Amino acid sequence: MRRTNWLAALLIAPLLLLIIGSFLMPVGLTLFRAVADREVAAALPDTSTILAAWDGQRLPPEAAFAAVARELAAALEERRIGDVAQRMNFERTGLRTLLLRTARAGDRLQAPYVASLVALDARWGESETWLMLQRAGGPTTSLYLLRAMDLTRGPDGAVMQVPDDEKLFQTLFIRTLWVSLLVTAICVLLAYPVAYTITRLRAPWSSVALTLVLIPFWSSVLVRTTAWFVLLQREGPVNDALIGIGILEAPAQILGTRIAVLLALVHVLLPFAILPMHSVMTRLDATYLRAAASLGANGVQRFFRVWLPLSLPGVAAGGAMVFLLSVGMYTAPALVGGDRDQMVTWFIANFMTRDVNWGMAAALSAYLLAMSGAVIALTRILTGGTIQAGARA
Amino acid sequence: MTAPLVRFRDVTKTYDGHTQVVAALNLDVQRGEFLTLLGPSGSGKTTTLMMLAGFEDPSSGRIELDGARIDTVPPHRRGIGVVFQNYALFPHMTVAENLAFPLSIRRMPRAEIASRTQRALEMVRLPGFGDRRPQQLSGGQQQRVALARALIFEPKLVLLDEPLGALDKQLREELQTEIRRIHAQLGVTMVYVTHDQAEALTLSDRIAVFNEGRIQQLGTAEAVYEHPANPFVAGFIGENNRLAARVLDATRLRLGDGSVLTATPHDLPAGAAALLSIRPERVALGAAAQGMTNAATARVEEVVYLGDHSRLRLAHAGRTDFIVKLPRQDAVPQPGTMVELGIPEAAVTVFPAD
Repeated sequence: MRRTNWLAALLIAPLLLLIIGSFLMPVGLTLFRAVADREVAAALPDTSTILAAWDGQRLPPEAAFAAVARELAAALEERRIGDVAQRMNFERTGLRTLLLRTARAGDRLQAPYVASLVALDARWGESETWLMLQRAGGPTTSLYLLRAMDLTRGPDGAVMQVPDDEKLFQTLFIRTLWVSLLVTAICVLLAYPVAYTITRLRAPWSSVALTLVLIPFWSSVLVRTTAWFVLLQREGPVNDALIGIGILEAPAQILGTRIAVLLALVHVLLPFAILPMHSVMTRLDATYLRAAASLGANGVQRFFRVWLPLSLPGVAAGGAMVFLLSVGMYTAPALVGGDRDQMVTWFIANFMTRDVNWGMAAALSAYLLAMSGAVIALTRILTGGTIQAGARA
Repeated sequence: MTAPLVRFRDVTKTYDGHTQVVAALNLDVQRGEFLTLLGPSGSGKTTTLMMLAGFEDPSSGRIELDGARIDTVPPHRRGIGVVFQNYALFPHMTVAENLAFPLSIRRMPRAEIASRTQRALEMVRLPGFGDRRPQQLSGGQQQRVALARALIFEPKLVLLDEPLGALDKQLREELQTEIRRIHAQLGVTMVYVTHDQAEALTLSDRIAVFNEGRIQQLGTAEAVYEHPANPFVAGFIGENNRLAARVLDATRLRLGDGSVLTATPHDLPAGAAALLSIRPERVALGAAAQGMTNAATARVEEVVYLGDHSRLRLAHAGRTDFIVKLPRQDAVPQPGTMVELGIPEAAVTVFPAD
C-alpha cells in the first residue's frame, strides 16, 4: 500500500511540478510584485538606512544628503538609475528629473551637502521629498494597490482619493465588470436555446450541430477578431448591409464602440457557454419531463418548474466560464474597442510593455483576480443548492 | 357489469411502417381492477402503457378513458398517474415538494396541499420524510414516494412501469404487499407492466400476457398458469417440460421414444403433431406415483437442493432434461438411482405443434 502511494506520487510529480512552475509560481510572483518595493533600497542602500532612522519632522541629517548625492552619482555611472527614477516619478511626477539632475551634478556637489543640494534644486529643501524617499524604502508598499483603486497617501501618510482629474481605475474596473457581465448575460441568453435545441436533436444531427459550435475553435481568437475588424469597417459589409436594407443612411462608426467590443466578445465566448449547458442537459433524464406531464404540468410549467431548475448548474458553469474569460480577454477588446473604452487587461499590458511599471500591472492583475474570484464565489453561493441537487446519484 | 374504464380498440403502433410493436390491440380495463401487462422485453407491453399515458401516439385505432377518446389528448390533460421504473422524483425538490407538485399545478390552496401531502406520506409509511431530498432516500423509499406522488391527485387510473425492477428481491416483495394494500384501500384502477411472472401472479386481478405485440392470453393468475392458451404462455409463466408427440386418439398421444401418454380429452385429430406441456411440480415420484395411468421408471441425473423444494433432472421420454420439482421431504432420490414417476392426466396440456 505504502509502496503504491509512493509510486503514485512519483507518477504525478512531473505534472505537479509543471503546475507549480507554470501556474502557481507566476501567479504568486505577480501578486508579490503588486506590493514589492525594492528599487530605492537597491539603488540607494545607505540613504534608505539613514532615512529609516529619521523621524520625518524636519529635514534629514547631513549624512542623508551626502549619501543620496553619492549613491545617485554611482547609480548613474553604473546605469541602474532608471528603475529608481521611474519608481520615484510614479510617486510624484517630476521626481525623475530631480533624481537625474542630482546624479548628473556629480562632483559639483560638495559638502556641506545640505546647502549644495538645495542650491541645485529647491525640492531637496522640502521634507516632503525626503518623506517620499523614506516611504519608498521598502521592502513593501501599498502604493500600487492603492493607486489601482484611485487612492493615494497624503503627506501625512493617510489614505485619500486622488484628484478627480486623475481618477481612472475605479471607472476602469466598473467598466470591465459591466462589459463582462453584459457579455455573460448575452452569451447565456443566446446559448441556452442553442444548447436546448442541440440536446433535443436526433442522433446524427446533434453531433453535426455540436461540431458547428466547435468550428470557431479551429482558428485563433486573433483571426476571428481581425475578421470582425474587417466586417465592421466603415466600408465593410456590415455597414453596406445596414445601408442596403435601409436601417442606416450613411456608414456608421462601429469599430471602436462598445457594440463592437460586445459583438467580438460574445462571438468568441459563446461556445464556452453552450458546451457546459449542453453537457448538463444531455445528462438530464427525459423521464423527469414525462413525470411532470403525467402530474398535469403543461409545456410551460414543465420548462420552468423542472427543466430550467435542473439545467441551472449548466447555466452557472457556462456563465462563470464566459465571465472569467471575458474579464481576462485582451485581444478582442484591444483590437475592436475604442481608445477611451478599454478594459483592465489593456492597461495591464500597457503598464508592462510601455510604462515598464510592473508594480501597477501586478496590482491591477491582483484586483482582476479578486474580482473574478468574488463573482465565482457569488455564483456558487447563489446556485449552491441547485448544483447539489442537479448532481444526481 | 359496469362499463370498462379503459378501452383499446384496434390499436396498432409501428415506428418504421411495417414492424408492428403493438398489433391490433383490443383490451378493456375494468374499474378498480389490478391488471398486469406481462411479457418479455420488446413484447409491446411498455409501448401499450406509454400509449395509455400519452407519451406515445398509436399509429391507428383508438383509446378511450371513461367513454371519452383520449389518444388525441396530451398527457398532462389525461389525469393519469404514472410510476416510472427509475422513480423520476425531481431531484431539485424535497419529498414534500415532489408530492405537492401535481397539487400546486392544479392550484390547490396551501393548507389543502399540506394536509394531503401529510396523508400521502402516512399512506406510504414515510411520515416525517417530507423535508428530505429524494437522493437521501433508499431505492425502496424513493419508489414509495413516487407511488404517493402518482396517487396524490386522486387519478382514476394509475400506471406502473416496472416500478420494482431496480430493487432487490426482499424489498420487491415488501413493496408488492404495499402496492396490493394501497390498491385495496383506495380502489383505484392500476395497470402494471412487468416482465417478472412471479410478480404478475402475486399482484394481479388479471394478467395480459404479451408477446410480439399481441396479447397471447388475458385472464386471472390461476387461469394463465393452470390453463395456458398456447405454448408461449405455458413457457413464459412458470417452468414446464415440453415434449413433442403425435396424437393417437382423443386422450392418448405417442411420445418421441415410443411410449404412450394419456392426457385429458383434447380436440386434435388423430395423427396430428402435438406439443405437450407438463409442469414440473405436478409430476409425482416414488410411492405417490403408484397406480397412475402415466407411470414409468426414470433415472435421476441430477439433484439440486433449493431449501423449500428440490429440483431433479431425470432421463425420461427419450430426453435427459425432464425436470421434476419435489416439495421438501425426507427421502430425496440420489443421482444415479431409478425412481417411479407418474404424470396425472390433468397435468398434461396439449397444444397443436406449429
